[in-house]
Amino acid sequence: MAKVIDFQTDPSRYRHWRVEYDGEVANLFMDVDENGGLFDGYQLKLNSYDLGVDIELADVVQRMRFEHPEVKVVVMQSGKDKVFCAGANIRMLGGASHAHKVNFCKFTNETRNTFEAAEEDSGQKYVAAVKGACAGGGYELALACNYIMLTNDSSSSVALPEVPLLAVLPGTGGLTRVTDKRKVRRDLADVFCSVEEGVKGQRAVDWRLVDEVVPNSKFDAAVQERAKEFAAQSTKVSGATGIALKPLDRRFGDDSITYSLVEVSIDRDGRKATITLSGPDAEAPASMEEVQAQGSDGYMLRLARELDDAILHLRLNEREIGLLAFASQGDPEKLIAHEKLLMDNADHWLANEILKYWKRVLKRVDLTSRSMVAMVEHGSCFAGVLAELLWACDRSYMMLEEFEGDNRPLATVTLTPANFGLYPMSNDLSRLETRFLGAPEAVEALKEKIGEPLEADEADKLGLITYAFDDIDWEDEVRIFMEERASFSPDAMTGMEANLRFAGPETMETRIFGRLTAWQNWIFQRPNAVGKDGALQRYGTGIRGDYNMERV
Amino acid sequence: MLDLINVSYDTQIPNNVGLSSDKRVLKALEKWHPGYINWWSDLIPQNFQQSLVYLRTAVSVDPKGWAKFDYVKMPEYRWGVLLAPQVEGRTIPCGEHFGEPAWQEVPGEYRNLLKRLIVIQGDTEPASVEQQRFLGLTAPSLYDMRNLFQVNVEEGRHLWAMVYLLHKYFGRDGREEADDLLLRSSGSEEAPRMLGAFNEETPDWLSFFMFTYFTDRDGKMQLESLAQSGFDPLSRTCRFMLTEEAHHMFVGETGVGRTIQKTCEVMQEHGIEDPYDIEKIRSFGVIDLPTIQKKLNLHYTLSLDLFGQEVSTNAANAFNAGIKGRYMEHRIKDDHMLQADTYTVWDFEDGKAVQKEVPALTAINMRLRDDYTRDAQGGVTRWNKIIEKYGVAFEMKLPHESFNRKIGVFAEKLFNPEGQLVSGAEYDAGVTEWLPTHADGDFIQSLMKPCTEPGQYASWIAPPKVGIDNKPGDFEYVKLHMA
Repeated sequence: MAKVIDFQTDPSRYRHWRVEYDGEVANLFMDVDENGGLFDGYQLKLNSYDLGVDIELADVVQRMRFEHPEVKVVVMQSGKDKVFCAGANIRMLGGASHAHKVNFCKFTNETRNTFEAAEEDSGQKYVAAVKGACAGGGYELALACNYIMLTNDSSSSVALPEVPLLAVLPGTGGLTRVTDKRKVRRDLADVFCSVEEGVKGQRAVDWRLVDEVVPNSKFDAAVQERAKEFAAQSTKVSGATGIALKPLDRRFGDDSITYSLVEVSIDRDGRKATITLSGPDAEAPASMEEVQAQGSDGYMLRLARELDDAILHLRLNEREIGLLAFASQGDPEKLIAHEKLLMDNADHWLANEILKYWKRVLKRVDLTSRSMVAMVEHGSCFAGVLAELLWACDRSYMMLEEFEGDNRPLATVTLTPANFGLYPMSNDLSRLETRFLGAPEAVEALKEKIGEPLEADEADKLGLITYAFDDIDWEDEVRIFMEERASFSPDAMTGMEANLRFAGPETMETRIFGRLTAWQNWIFQRPNAVGKDGALQRYGTGIRGDYNMERV
Repeated sequence: MLDLINVSYDTQIPNNVGLSSDKRVLKALEKWHPGYINWWSDLIPQNFQQSLVYLRTAVSVDPKGWAKFDYVKMPEYRWGVLLAPQVEGRTIPCGEHFGEPAWQEVPGEYRNLLKRLIVIQGDTEPASVEQQRFLGLTAPSLYDMRNLFQVNVEEGRHLWAMVYLLHKYFGRDGREEADDLLLRSSGSEEAPRMLGAFNEETPDWLSFFMFTYFTDRDGKMQLESLAQSGFDPLSRTCRFMLTEEAHHMFVGETGVGRTIQKTCEVMQEHGIEDPYDIEKIRSFGVIDLPTIQKKLNLHYTLSLDLFGQEVSTNAANAFNAGIKGRYMEHRIKDDHMLQADTYTVWDFEDGKAVQKEVPALTAINMRLRDDYTRDAQGGVTRWNKIIEKYGVAFEMKLPHESFNRKIGVFAEKLFNPEGQLVSGAEYDAGVTEWLPTHADGDFIQSLMKPCTEPGQYASWIAPPKVGIDNKPGDFEYVKLHMA
C-alpha cells in the first residue's frame, strides 16, 4: 500500500456520504459507492467502509462543526435500502498490512470519538436511525451516536458479529461502548457479541443496545420528530453563521511538507521528522467578529488544521519515521493573546469550536504511536496551547542560557490558564495533572506562574521539561538521544510509550485506545485471524478459519 | 374449526414425528397454532373460508397417504408435519464434513447459519399465500380456484414444516423466529417479508401462473439444495415438501400453457396469422402471445434475483458447512468439497458482461441458478410445442440473465432481453416491448372476470386436459359458500 493517503477532502469530492441540511437538523446519509474503495481488490458492498469512507466522514463531522453551527441534531442514516452499514470491509482488512489495519482503526476511532463528543462539546447531537442490517462497524457507528433508534420491522437488527464470523473484535469502540456507554449487562453483552445475527426489536431496547424501537411504518416520521425535539431541547445558541473551511495551503517536497504555519522536514536516514510550528503571523484579532471574518485563515484555527493534517500524513504515509521532534518559532506573547481572545469568549460558538478542535488535535498527538520529543529552542513559542506539546511528548529538551552566535530570544515556556483543564487528555485529566499525578500540589503551585516566561533552569526546576542543556552539551545530548531512540525496536517503543503516556484513571476513551485496541492488535497478529488459514483470510471463501485451539 | 382448547394433535395434525409424545414441540405448537389460525382466517376472504374445496391432504408419507382427496373447509385443513422416511446410514453429502454421518441434532457451530436458512425458507411460504390472497375473487374457473387453494394450503403446510424444525431444534430463539414468521407479512410497511420478490402483490391470474412456474421453481431449487443438507431433519422435511412443490409447478406450467392454447385457438378460429396483431387478438378476449412473453420476461428475471449475488459468501459457508448442497448433489461426480475447483460466472468489467472463473465454493448460488434455468426451459419448450401445433409463428424465450436485474453484477444496468448492453434511449424505446406496461396490466385485469359455474372457463383460458383426481370436466371443485 504505497499509495499516498490524503486526509483533505471537501463535499464536492464526496463519494460515500451526503448531507441534507434542514435548519437545525442535518440528515447525514451513508451511501457508499461500491467502486469507490481507496485501494484495488475489494468492493465496498452493503455500505461497508474503508479508510477513504472514514476520511469523508471525518470531514463531514468537522465541517458540521465549523460550517454549520446552526445544526443541533445530526441524523446518521443509510442511503441504501436494506442495510444501515455492514461495518469495515472485510476484504479490505484481509488484504491490508498490519500497520494499515492499526492506523485505520485508530483514525476511525478518533472520528467516532469526535462525533460522539460533539454533543457535549458544541451541542451537536448525533442520532443513529437504523433501518436494515447494522453490523460490526455499522453498529459501532451507531454506538458512537448519542441516541439510537431502530426500526421494528422484525428483521432489522443491531449486531457485533466479529467474534463468531471473523475471529477478531469489534475494535472500533464496539465492546467498550456496549459496556461503558450503553451499560449493557456483561452477560447479555457476552450473548450479544457471540451471535452473528444480533438482536432486534424490543429486546434491543430491553438490553439497552438501542434507545428506542419504532414501528416500521412510523419510523421515518418518528426519527424526524425526535430530531426536532432534540433540537428544541438543545442549549446550543441558535442562528450562528458558519465559516468556510478553505483548502489548506500545503506543498509536498521529497522530504518536506510546507504549510503556511507548519513545516515538516523529514530526515529519512535518521528516521525522524521535525515539525516546526510558527507563532502568530499577525496580532491577535480585537474581537470575535474579526475572528469570524478571518474564518479558516485565522491563526489558531489554521495552525490546528495544518498540524492535524501533518500528524495524519506522517502516521499513514511515513511509517518508518519513528521519531517526531516538535519545534516552534515565534512570539509567545502574541500566541498567548490569540489564545486569550478565544478563552475570554469561550461562549462564542467559533471560539468554542476552535478550542475544542485544539483539544482533539492534542489528543491526536497523544495517541500518535511514534516517539515524540519537544525541542524548546531559543526563539520558540511554547506557551499556552503549544506548551501542551511539551507534555504530550515523551521527553522535552530545552536550551539553557545563551548559545554562541544565536541571537534569538532566550527559550521560555509560558503557562496560561488553558493549561489547567481546557485541553484534557483522553484520561480526562489535563496534561499537567497527568504529569504530576503523584504531586497534585505541584499543579496548584504552577498556577502561580501563569503568564510568566519561564527560562530553562526554572522550567526544569518546576518539572515542566525533561532536560535543560547549555550550548556546550546541547548538540551532543540531543544527537545521542535521537540516535539511541532510532535504534530501539519500534514495537517496544510503541508499547512502552503508550503505557507511560496515559497515567491515571481509565475512561471509556482510554479503554478503547488501550485495552480494546491492544487486544485487537494482538489478535490482528495471530494466525487464528490473519494466518493463511485464519478466519479473516478465509472470509468469503466459504471455508472456515482453522483455529489453533490453545488458549494463550 | 379445530377445537383449539382440546387439540388432539395426533389425530388432527397428521404427523410422523411422534408429536403427541414430544412435550417440548407440543407446548411450542400449542402456543403458535392459534396465531397461525388467526393469520389464515384474516387472510383468505371469508366466503372462501366457509366454502368446501376439493383438496388433497397429506396424511402420511407413504404413496397411499400423501394424496387424500376430499372436500374440506380450508381453516379445517389438516396441516401436517411430515418428514420423508429416515435413510439408514445417511452421510453428509458435501463440504468439509463430507462422508461423516448426517446430523440428527443441530451442530452448535452451525446453529445460527441453519436457523437463518430455515427462517428465510419459512418466510417465503406464507408470503406467497399473502400475495395471492385476492385471486380467488377472479378465478377463471372452479378448477383453477381449487388449484389456487391447493397451492395456498400447501404453502401453509410448508410453513408448518419450517416451524416444526424451529420449535424442535432451535429452542427459545426458534420459537421467537416462528412467531416472527406470522408477524411479517407480504407488502407490509410495518414488517415486510424478507425477500423483495415476496412483497409484490400477485395482481392477476397470468401472474399467478407465471409465479408458480418461475418463482415457485426457485423455491423448488432451494428445497432441492436443502434436501441435500447434512442436517437430516431438514433434509427429510424438504424431500417431502418437494413432492407437493411439483404440483405448484404443474399449476403454473399448465396455467400458462392453457392461456397460450386459448390464444392460439382464437387466432386460428378467426384466421389471425400475425401474432403481433395485438388489437385484434385482444378484441376476442384472449391475451396475445407477445404480452405473455413480456410476463414471462418479468417473472423469470424477478426469480433470478432470488438466487442472490453471483459470488456469495453465505452460500459458500452453507455449502462448506454441509448445510446446503447443490441440485442433485449425489449425482454430481466430483469431490463434493470444491475447495480447489472453479466455476464460471457472469461479471461486469469495463462496461461489458464477461464470464469468468471464480472459486466454485463462492459460486454455489450461480450453479443452482444455472440448474434452475435449465429446469425452467423445459416448460417453455412445451409451451412452444402448443404454439407450433396451431401453426402460429411465435416462439417463447427465456431472456438473457442480464436483462431486468435488481441484484447481482447486472443490477440497474440496461440490457435488452438478448443480453446486449443498450443506451438509455434504446432501453426506453424497447422496454414497452420487453416488459408488461401498465396498459397491458389494465387489459389483463379487464379479463379477470370470475367464472364459477362448474365446467365453465373464462374467455382467456382453455380447460385442462384432465381433471384433478381424474374428475370429469363439470366436477364442482369448489362448493362456494354463498353468504
